[in-house]
Amino acid sequence: MLYLIPALPFFSALLLILGWRTFSRTTVSVIGCGSIGISALITLAQGWQFLQSGHDSMVQHLWTWVQSGSFNAGMDLRLDALSLAFVFVITFVGFLIHVYSTGYMADDADYGRFFACMNLFVGAMLMLVLADNLLLLYLGWEGVGLCSYLLIGFWYKDPANGYAARKAFIVTRVGDTAMAIALFMLFQYTGSLQISSILEKAPGMWTTGHATVVLIAFLLLGGAVGKSAQLPLQTWLPDAMAGPTPVSALIHAATMVTAGVYLVARTNVLFDLAPAAQTAVAVVGAATLLLAGCSALVQKDIKRVLAYSTISQIGYMFLALGVGAWSAAIFHFVTHAFFKALLFMGAGAVIVALHHEQDMFKMGGLRKSLPGVFRVFLIGSASLAALPFITSGFYSKDQIVWLAWSSAKGHTAYWVIALAGAFLTAMYTFRMVFLTFYGSYRGHAAPHTPGSSMMIPLYILAFLSTVAGFVELPHTLGHVTLFSDFLQPILPAVQMLQESTALEWTSQLLAAGLTFLGIYIAWVWVIQQPDGMRRFAEMPFMQWLRGFWYKGWAFDELYNELLVRPFVRTARLNRRDLVDKVYTTLARVTEWCHDALARTQSGLLRWYIMGVLIGAVLILSVLIWRIYI
Amino acid sequence: MMNIHPTTAGMTLAGILFVLGLISILIRRNLIFMLLSVEIMLNAAGLAFIVASSHWAQPDGQVMFMFILAMAAAEVSVGLALILQLFHQLKTLDSDEASRMRG
Amino acid sequence: MILLYIILIPVLGALLSWLTAARNTALCRWIALCSLLLDLGIVTAIWLGNGAAENGWLYHLQAPWIPQFGISLHLAMDGLSLVMLALTFFLGALAVLISWREITTKTGFFHFNLLFVITGIAGVFLTMDLFLFYFFWEVMLIPMYFLIGIWGHERREYAAYKFFIFTQAGGLLMLLSILALYFVHASNTGVYTFNYFELLNTPMERTLAMWLMLGFLVAFLVKLPAVPFHTWLPDAHTEAPTAGSVVLAGLLLKTGAYGILRFVLPLFPAASQEFAPWAMLLGVAGILYGGQLAFAQPDFKRLIAYTSVSHMGFVLLGAFAFNELAYQGVVMQMITHGISTGALFMLAGVLYERIHTRELSRMGGLWPVLPGMGTVTMIFVMASLGLPGLGNFIAEFLVLLGSWQANRLLTVLAALGLVVATVYSLRIMQKVFFGQTERQYTLPDLGLREWLIMAPLVLVILWLGVYPQPVLKTVTPNTENESVKQKAESKKPTAGNLFAPNSFQHKKQPL
Repeated sequence: MLYLIPALPFFSALLLILGWRTFSRTTVSVIGCGSIGISALITLAQGWQFLQSGHDSMVQHLWTWVQSGSFNAGMDLRLDALSLAFVFVITFVGFLIHVYSTGYMADDADYGRFFACMNLFVGAMLMLVLADNLLLLYLGWEGVGLCSYLLIGFWYKDPANGYAARKAFIVTRVGDTAMAIALFMLFQYTGSLQISSILEKAPGMWTTGHATVVLIAFLLLGGAVGKSAQLPLQTWLPDAMAGPTPVSALIHAATMVTAGVYLVARTNVLFDLAPAAQTAVAVVGAATLLLAGCSALVQKDIKRVLAYSTISQIGYMFLALGVGAWSAAIFHFVTHAFFKALLFMGAGAVIVALHHEQDMFKMGGLRKSLPGVFRVFLIGSASLAALPFITSGFYSKDQIVWLAWSSAKGHTAYWVIALAGAFLTAMYTFRMVFLTFYGSYRGHAAPHTPGSSMMIPLYILAFLSTVAGFVELPHTLGHVTLFSDFLQPILPAVQMLQESTALEWTSQLLAAGLTFLGIYIAWVWVIQQPDGMRRFAEMPFMQWLRGFWYKGWAFDELYNELLVRPFVRTARLNRRDLVDKVYTTLARVTEWCHDALARTQSGLLRWYIMGVLIGAVLILSVLIWRIYI
Repeated sequence: MMNIHPTTAGMTLAGILFVLGLISILIRRNLIFMLLSVEIMLNAAGLAFIVASSHWAQPDGQVMFMFILAMAAAEVSVGLALILQLFHQLKTLDSDEASRMRG
Repeated sequence: MILLYIILIPVLGALLSWLTAARNTALCRWIALCSLLLDLGIVTAIWLGNGAAENGWLYHLQAPWIPQFGISLHLAMDGLSLVMLALTFFLGALAVLISWREITTKTGFFHFNLLFVITGIAGVFLTMDLFLFYFFWEVMLIPMYFLIGIWGHERREYAAYKFFIFTQAGGLLMLLSILALYFVHASNTGVYTFNYFELLNTPMERTLAMWLMLGFLVAFLVKLPAVPFHTWLPDAHTEAPTAGSVVLAGLLLKTGAYGILRFVLPLFPAASQEFAPWAMLLGVAGILYGGQLAFAQPDFKRLIAYTSVSHMGFVLLGAFAFNELAYQGVVMQMITHGISTGALFMLAGVLYERIHTRELSRMGGLWPVLPGMGTVTMIFVMASLGLPGLGNFIAEFLVLLGSWQANRLLTVLAALGLVVATVYSLRIMQKVFFGQTERQYTLPDLGLREWLIMAPLVLVILWLGVYPQPVLKTVTPNTENESVKQKAESKKPTAGNLFAPNSFQHKKQPL
């Protein structure tokens, strides 16, 4: 039964690819949503069965995929607690987003193609998390990259979308290449790419901090930062917002971008053996969450705010992974999937309501015209900003903030950055909420209310983003550990340095206080004192800083100058192939010799006679010379 | 003047004749004259043979001269025929005009 | 005898289609198609019959030809030959189909040449006599020259000359090496023979072996093509008619790869081992250089041509890595590259028939007009950038996995080729199908015949991507054969026991 979970989306994608031009919209919707829905139900059944069985994992061998010499990779699926959490999110959130898409994309001419790509994506993503070996994981990994490319460039008429799509594919491919090299190394040392066998062998093979395993872990991290849009490969995600909003919700918020988190969590043993790499994970996460948080603060486009916020939240997950708080990272992944999908789809509802207007400065006051959307968006925002006690975001983020300090691999600096990030998050989230829903309407088009196919998924997700937090509560507040217990067999528990209830309270209250402070500043900034803030923002340095943050810390320019331009320029210069010049030169020399010789054949008889004469004289002279002198 | 050996004189004459023929073939463009010059050179060679044969009192040189005569006759007939054809084609006897096979 | 039939059927088809073309061109096409399908059927039957688990040689035929000089009509088939033949006739039949409308002048002579090229290729894959090998090597050349020179695009004559001179120059070096090997062997043993199996393990001085190896290698590198011998390829591929490009890219290049695997490595194991780092370096240079040039090309077919340079770099890299993984990757790469690049050339041809240009700058925005074709192109573009699930990925992954064990630095550089491949492959989709149209095209999407061509290609590339085992299994024995030869050089197996069934099994060594 396990194989049906990815097989159904794949099969429906195949059907849709074959028939997207002939099927009616209803057929497409039924195939598109239905297959994911059934997958979700099978996941439930399968998950129940798995939990009942009490095994750590269940493996299904489908067929031998590649077998060459000692190398063997099967089409093997493996379900365990970690993959179950991911499969659950992918199928359920995926299903909700599919249903939402039937409303969002209703007027699009390429309705069938959209669902074909979406289903292909879900299938590939499921392969990624269900893979029993790293090669199969790589299949899913690249497969989701392809779908991401196809869907970012979905509205292909605008070359800018095509550019964004290619950028996403190429940048992530850079990371993928690092990951591929990690696979080569893993195979060389462990003789297998099967994840469980690698993880079993690794501790016996390498001592902690051994150069090889550190290198492997770093290369895996390279793959992870590419897919998860972390520093230094984060540049593609903001541009990826060129795709339709459901795509941003599904691929670029809830599922695909967290594949990096999955990969690091999945190979946690290797990272445990490589402290340097694990520290790098934490540092990357911490740096990214700050950078992206700052960039989110100054964006105009509502989707770009959410994109930077996604980068920032995944930064939190990386930070958690880096300090060894594996289950905290996965917990934040789950809650983030709920509330970020909710926010994206809420933003999508706003965008559709305003006839594809994405600039927040042309919105405002939508609280009154779109009350339903406003309510769910507010719930999502509260969760993202980690409003204390009632939101899931609070519990998942609070856990990371606390563990960043208190775990054995934690550090005060991480904690400070995480708190600063929490402050930034609250500020940019509510800046977005206030700009969009408060004040007065600054646009022109009259908003129209979205249909029920779009609203129902939003309500469900709003519910989930609130209650999902209660499966894991901190010591100070009830101490529920359902989620981390569930992941226990796969992900080791975090090692604590200090367990002090007082300090934990301090941390939580500080985080809560910063959240409120952030919201308050956003309130002052947008609603209360917009003029004062504008004056402040127009100081020369602030203006420069705003521009710098707006373009994402100028990473794009850096890469353009450093990599893209030289490549394109040399390619242009060498368009005619320098090597060919060597051969054409050779040909030209031959031709030149031919010309020179041909010129002697003048057709003038007397010249020929002269030639004969000179030749005869020369030969005679030589002979006489040789004989007589 | 009298003490020049007859062989030397004959050979000198042959040489002068040959060079004359050579020079004229180099500077003449008219095909008839070029043919004539070739004849002069042939005859110079023939003279050299005869002088050599009388020097060594051997008949071989005179035999060779007979060959040269025969060959010169054949050559003239073929050459004239070619010149005639060429004249038909080009309406001129200028050898430089017959340069269609230049490279 | 079946091996002889395999070679004779296309010859017969060639003559027949030439003769019938004067009266009935349709019949001529059908004859050509049927003869290739018949061969494909034979090869498939052999494969299904006993391809998989068989060790060593499946069929073997030896008859004296010019016994005075030790030349014989010596054909043999093993797993490697088998899969290469299957590819040959598969692509050959599709090449006939793709020219159905495109070729309207001198149809008979066209099919005569096409079938003769395929005969030559089939001969190259089957022959085990070096003289006969050279013969078939040249047989491929001349009809191909005509194919490019007569039915090509604007600069066809230039391209045809260039192709001919390059390959001929390489071929002559190979001929010299063959003769030298022949005489060296004779001076050692007193037996004058061109027999491949007897020439294996000819003891030789180190420098001499190196020179002879290079003689062979240059011929194969030119054909492959490897940087810096690749410059004939973009011209030839671009100017050739579609079927010509397909046969060139899909099959002719593979003879170079096949030659390296079959002749260079086994005949000169020590010398090639010594030369391996340089050969791998050339391979990597090809991957990156070809990739960058592909990115820069303004011409659709030329772009695809340069991707061939890039992809065949993997073949060179893997062939000189000396291990089973890379070897099987190389064979996979030969097949999948044949299919994916062949398909891309066919798509370029199909597109050319519709809009009469190969300039990328004059395309764009074709997706809404040609959705079917766009989808198929997308699949093959993805194959070309090595997307898992499609055959090329298996090939490139195995090559890299194998070469990693031989040379890490070069493997890392080659892996960067994957990024470059992404860059140029996506450029195709963007330039051709995405973006805006300036002109209002109303073009017919793929027709029935074109779907008949594309569907098998798509199915095969998918099949090779998700279940490549049949191919990998079929080429396994040879691999061990090669590696055993590398390792057990001192043992010198004689020609006799090479044909003994399972003779390789007891020598199996862990890699």
